[in-house]
Amino acid sequence: MAVLNEEQEMLRDMAREWTVNESPVTEFRKVRASGEPEAFNRDAYATMAQMGWAGVIIPEEHGGSDFGFLSAGLVVEELGQTLTASPLVMNTVAASAIVLGGSDEQKAKWLPRLASGEAIATLAVDEGPSHDPAKIETSVSDGKLSGTKAFVHEAHGADLFVVAAKDGLYLVEKGDGVALTTRKLTDQRSHADVTFDGAAADKLASGGDSLLDDVLDRARVLTAAEMLGMAQQVFDDTLAYLKQRVQFNQVLASFQALQHRMADLFADLAQMRSAVEAGLQAVDGGFGVARAATIAKAEANRVMHTMANEGIQLHGGIGMTDEYDVGFYLKRARVLEASFGSSSWLKDRFSKLSGY
Amino acid sequence: MATQIEPATQTDEDAFRAEVQQFLADNFPAELKGQSNALAGVDGPTNETPAQTKWREAVGARGWGTPTWPKEYGGGGLTKAQAKIIDQEFAKAGAYNPIGGMGVMMFGPTLLEYGNEAQKQEHIPPICRGEIRWCQGYSEPNAGSDLANLQTFAEDKGDHYLVNGQKTWTSGGQWADKCFAIVRTDKSDKHKGISFMLIDMDTPGVEVRPITMISGTSPFCETFFTDVKVPKENLVGEEGQGWTIGKRLLQHERTNISGGGSLARLMGQSLGDIAKKYQPTGADGELADAVLRDKIADFEIRWNSFLLTARRAMEESKAAGGVSEISSVLKKLGTKLSQERSELLIEIRGLQGLGWEGDGFSDGELEAVRAWLFGKATTIYGGSTEIQNNIIAKRVLGMLDHQ
Repeated sequence: MAVLNEEQEMLRDMAREWTVNESPVTEFRKVRASGEPEAFNRDAYATMAQMGWAGVIIPEEHGGSDFGFLSAGLVVEELGQTLTASPLVMNTVAASAIVLGGSDEQKAKWLPRLASGEAIATLAVDEGPSHDPAKIETSVSDGKLSGTKAFVHEAHGADLFVVAAKDGLYLVEKGDGVALTTRKLTDQRSHADVTFDGAAADKLASGGDSLLDDVLDRARVLTAAEMLGMAQQVFDDTLAYLKQRVQFNQVLASFQALQHRMADLFADLAQMRSAVEAGLQAVDGGFGVARAATIAKAEANRVMHTMANEGIQLHGGIGMTDEYDVGFYLKRARVLEASFGSSSWLKDRFSKLSGY
Repeated sequence: MATQIEPATQTDEDAFRAEVQQFLADNFPAELKGQSNALAGVDGPTNETPAQTKWREAVGARGWGTPTWPKEYGGGGLTKAQAKIIDQEFAKAGAYNPIGGMGVMMFGPTLLEYGNEAQKQEHIPPICRGEIRWCQGYSEPNAGSDLANLQTFAEDKGDHYLVNGQKTWTSGGQWADKCFAIVRTDKSDKHKGISFMLIDMDTPGVEVRPITMISGTSPFCETFFTDVKVPKENLVGEEGQGWTIGKRLLQHERTNISGGGSLARLMGQSLGDIAKKYQPTGADGELADAVLRDKIADFEIRWNSFLLTARRAMEESKAAGGVSEISSVLKKLGTKLSQERSELLIEIRGLQGLGWEGDGFSDGELEAVRAWLFGKATTIYGGSTEIQNNIIAKRVLGMLDHQ
């Protein structure tokens, strides 16, 4: 755990207390059971916004607290631990696009509403099943945006889409010219293909040529923070299970074959945490962001992948049951691994950034 | 200790920095610029040049090679901040710290904690001056990972101990003046029968035989003790306290093996940059072998997060005023990653990366081969990876012993 200041410790403690008491995995089960495509609890999100979590990276003048990405990551990590279904990550990423690239007018119009939870925004970049920001066909003419975005996270609850077109990022409000096709994925969260057919679009004209990359790097570090919380929880649950499950008249935790696997996972988790925290800190520091975010998401992908698989295997048969939580983490893990950069995509980017 | 605090209140940082710079200007021989400390390595004998001797004596006289050790025993008596200034200024001038080796890294800190006054007065100052080389008498043929199974026996003969037995993997034993050893003084109790004592390597009955390793070098020795007389005053702590003292010393060893800092310097050059010299690239400057390129990136990403982990362990330890629990994973991770890097370097260079000797290979290529082979030892010594896993599982994760 990075060394935190007092505000950050308070924020983390508050998030931990709330998720453990008010949003345990049973709450996610209720969301799943409801079958609503937007797949989150509106009341819970309103509470989260009231606690200031939707505005952590939004400047104070626009209704946020401007605590930064490390702070936002602390909250997201706690939410990941209990698989809290909410649009908080995507809303934060979309808000960062407006912070970085919006005009004064756009900021004044949207940021206070996104910080208060009154409106929800998400990011729509990819046009196929794999992350590939170099391949964008969506275009804009005369302020009208057309194109189809695939597997947009939290699309159903979104009032505002930050959409990548060939020539930059645009704000598009839900409504005329915006149609959703639900794509139900294994994680039972909100995903949809979103077709924009001449939808009114307002360009984020500031932020320069790197705006899309900068926003995606923010998506990568926050997604990695969610995965960090998930990996931590799978590790903790698995360790607790090994300490209570008895076979051959021994608790499983006493078997060296299992001890060494847990030691490996513990070391992996340490690597993941270091990389993710450094990625969040790099965004706050504004230095070496592309590289740090790539490392953060790549390590999150690698460790989360193994952790979820090992979590199932070490739980044994009950890990395969819907009654146990560990399977939920596996399913969410794969969706997040594929989002904003798979492992192979990230390694390719790292090589390019390193000049080979 | 008052002596450690004094300089900080007397001298502000800038003045101290100026003092170090002046010292370097007065004492550091220009011909040594960029060299490293031959004495610190366990990998070669000390045949100092006159310039090296002069530099060692100058630093040793100030105690600046061991800057934070107490002044009354020959250390610098400086604060950590001042020690950092010395580090920085030495690095800027291309000067190495000529005081090193096992005496500095492992034995000195342990003796300062557990030794009596006379022992500290006798043994610490020569370490601070770089005059004495210490070796470690720990492992035995039947006491490797199960170190407490050691059988070398020190029999109480009234005014002295009579030591008989065999140690192995004695790093630098053939060049050492003295040995800190753990030996058995009581055969009835595995752990409480162990004592920590100091043995002069020139005592009659001590015989050292270097072991040739797969890397072709002989940094380790077998050390035989046959009726070796060890004076009673060479016992450190109490009889039976050797396991406690010995384990404490190993903590210093692990910190040194895994330390992200020195590994980072060692492994500074990007494997991608090296690969571009050996492997074809496309028009875009990217490595044409996409599989190799992926492997390199995969390694470098994990290596980067290891450096971040080493830094985080340090920051957390500092903030908590104790050792961070993730420190327990650094040795395991750091040694594995450096082995992986060596393997990858060979894959990048092909057969050119497996040269044993000859003009057809650069010094760097030959050194990498020896380092690859010798590097296999790093996951075995200092507590093997399997022992590290046991420690993590039991002490950090609270997983119980098999009943």
